[in-house]
Amino acid sequence: MRDVAMVGAGMTHFGELWKLSLRELFAEAALAALESAGADHLDGLWVGNMSAGQFVGQEHIGPMLVEQLGMSGVPATRVESACASGGMALRAAWLEVASGQSEIVMAAGVEKMNDGADVTAVLATAADQEAEVYHGITFPGLYAMIARAHMAAHGTTVEDMAWVAVKNHRHGALNPHAQFRREITVEDVLGSSLVAEPLRLLNCSPVSDGAAAVLLVPLSRAHEFTDRPVRILGSGAATAAMALADRADPATLDAVVTSATRAYRMAGIQPAQIDVAEVHDCFSIAEICCTGAMGLTDGCNPAQAARSGFTALGGRRPVNTSGGLKAKGHPVGATGVAQAIEIFAQLRGEAGDRQVPDAHIGATQNMGGSGASSVVHVFTRG
Amino acid sequence: MPSPRYWREIPARYRLEGARCTACERVVYPARSVCPHCRGRALEPMRLSRRGRVVTSTVIHAAPDDFSAEAPYAMAIVETPEGGRLMVQVVDCEPGEVGPGMEVSLVFRLIRREGHGGILCYGHKGVPVPVEVAT
Amino acid sequence: MAGIVGYGAYIPRNRITADEIARQWGKDPDSIRGGLLLQEKSVPGLDEDTITISVAAGLHALERAGVDPQRVGALYIGSESHPYAVKPSGTVVAEALGIGPEVHVADFEFACKAGTEAMFVALGLVESGRMEYAMAIGADTSQGAPGDALEFSASAGGTAYIFGREELMAEVVDAVSYTTDTPDFWRREGAFYPRHGGRFTGEPAYFQHVLSASRLILERTGLKAADFRYAVFHMPNGKFPLSAGKQLGFTREQLEPGWIVPTMGNTYSGSSPTGLAATLDVVEADQLVLITSFGSGAASDSFVLRTTELLVERRGRAPGVRAMLDGPRRYLSYGEYVKVREKIRMND
Repeated sequence: MRDVAMVGAGMTHFGELWKLSLRELFAEAALAALESAGADHLDGLWVGNMSAGQFVGQEHIGPMLVEQLGMSGVPATRVESACASGGMALRAAWLEVASGQSEIVMAAGVEKMNDGADVTAVLATAADQEAEVYHGITFPGLYAMIARAHMAAHGTTVEDMAWVAVKNHRHGALNPHAQFRREITVEDVLGSSLVAEPLRLLNCSPVSDGAAAVLLVPLSRAHEFTDRPVRILGSGAATAAMALADRADPATLDAVVTSATRAYRMAGIQPAQIDVAEVHDCFSIAEICCTGAMGLTDGCNPAQAARSGFTALGGRRPVNTSGGLKAKGHPVGATGVAQAIEIFAQLRGEAGDRQVPDAHIGATQNMGGSGASSVVHVFTRG
Repeated sequence: MPSPRYWREIPARYRLEGARCTACERVVYPARSVCPHCRGRALEPMRLSRRGRVVTSTVIHAAPDDFSAEAPYAMAIVETPEGGRLMVQVVDCEPGEVGPGMEVSLVFRLIRREGHGGILCYGHKGVPVPVEVAT
Repeated sequence: MAGIVGYGAYIPRNRITADEIARQWGKDPDSIRGGLLLQEKSVPGLDEDTITISVAAGLHALERAGVDPQRVGALYIGSESHPYAVKPSGTVVAEALGIGPEVHVADFEFACKAGTEAMFVALGLVESGRMEYAMAIGADTSQGAPGDALEFSASAGGTAYIFGREELMAEVVDAVSYTTDTPDFWRREGAFYPRHGGRFTGEPAYFQHVLSASRLILERTGLKAADFRYAVFHMPNGKFPLSAGKQLGFTREQLEPGWIVPTMGNTYSGSSPTGLAATLDVVEADQLVLITSFGSGAASDSFVLRTTELLVERRGRAPGVRAMLDGPRRYLSYGEYVKVREKIRMND
């Protein structure tokens, strides 16, 4: 297996993008990625997408999207792992290049969520349909149960969770691509309407349209495309029981722990070496669980990390400098790739007002469903 | 809800049929062919008791269309004495009253309807056991 | 000799008062309450219907009987609010109770007497020796049209009876049915609410059939009112059963345990079966009980039962009717009531 580098990236704005269809979103991000690297062809495309079928009635989007680039003929496949679709697309693309099979592969992600589908019902298909959704649970409801279990076991409070949203909005306000660019306060979060107790509207990532794409080449050829490549040091993926009821402890995300351990082992690093991370904050509680599971808080209580500033810009280990899923937006399939793009920018020193000084090692963590799948990547300066 | 998909789940949903692994004695609900704990393949059918204890819960305010008339409603993971776990609504009480440790009976209720023309889907829900009876 | 080996009732826990309904329609609450002798009625939850009520009642009946459901050879559900127009309630209930597949299932319909009708047939199968056990359930969640007199009384609930030949809680001494074509109350296919003939539902309908069936069985058995400990009659409102009982020579005291309509309302096919259950909950051993139902259209089924020691011994195995009627309950506003009874036109 040879080393692989990201050499180009492009993404759309995330938000309610009424004028852009699924294919137009993809084209915009993909063309921007190709242009940023000066690349004019692809050996393969892996596109993460949770459910074009349910959102816009379209399956078979691999060939459809590659055609949008005028590149019919190129092998192209959709990767699905619910909200981890993008991260898994990145992993698939990495494997294709690392294996020596291909020289230049795009990992993209796209989701078009605002075309009138019953979004709550579609997102719930990431959960166990027969055991969970049949009885009336929603996706936020599952995380609400995780939150309650976490609060009971660890004393996590609704204020702790609110601080995660506040921090990520502060970061998002600095991100030109973010869906929400306004700051919010803890009072705003605690005063927003209840979605599934104890989670409120401002604890939940929004419904978004958007696309993101990165180009991967062997590290040995990265200089043909950019003088600041970002190397993929490690990739780790794992699964856990699908139904929340089937996990021994609802408050522990085993898939996150395992995927991180596998990625760190491959990368040969300890989490304390990570300078900046993008972590899957689909709901405020998820960031708390995931940063804990990934060992990103150096033994401090992960529930307090946002509140104390540990994971804020300027803190010891900034998490979600992009604004996270909460403020940047969460077009489901695109998120995993957008996370990689933020780390790409950070490690190249191109994150502007969001720059973490001297970032050398970055990580992304992308999770599906209520934690049934998780994929972690570790990056470093090429 | 396509009829075959619903019909296959009748033993689990109507009678709480699960399975016990003969190798490690643990219970899975609903039944499946491989034990998730020990990968054993010899599982025998059993039925969960019609009662259990809440492990964790929430109250759904933003409900899917099929459940909008019932919102807000409590959902809980309930564990039966045999160790089977299920995700159910908890009804016949204020949703805010539901919390970990609450004892519930499992009762047969209508879970959802498919508009005016589809099939009726039944299953179990939790109903709090009055405190005096719970001991 | 066949009879009841187990019985069980279920009453939903929501209620609405006659006062609340009266106020909505600009009627005087006192006259409604006084005229109907009815104070409040049970209301099913959005997740309750004839099938779920039957399952709950059936489980209680199996508990009292101590019978393995696999030995029940027939299951009949009588209702005028079967959830499906075509597809039996009985098959769902059978699967939920663990009965079958070697079982005969049928849904019965005969306005308010579909429950006792099911009982009549279940009894016959057991008496004939064709079945060891047969279960009959009367359950309903009927609708009363908004603003109509029936809105005050149409309620929800049901009771299940298991018939057998051994270990009887109550022997059936005799059973009769009295039937004519009398169009006093009906609902056309596809109509949401029933219609009725106003005062025509009284003397030519309810009283004609209830009194005729009761007198017929008294004559056949050579019994008179004084021989009975208790009597139960179908309860469309509070007044009719008291009047019927009086005309047949029963005292008010004899009607008391079965007269549950003031706080339950009229559960249609569940009405007299649940009244009977309330009576069985309290009656002593070796006593005679009369039950006469009434179903519009019209007919009455009448049974004479003799209770046994086993009844007194085993009835504690499941909750009693009064415990459910008087136990934890929730009072709805008229708005909540029309929402859960789906009387609101929704955008589907």
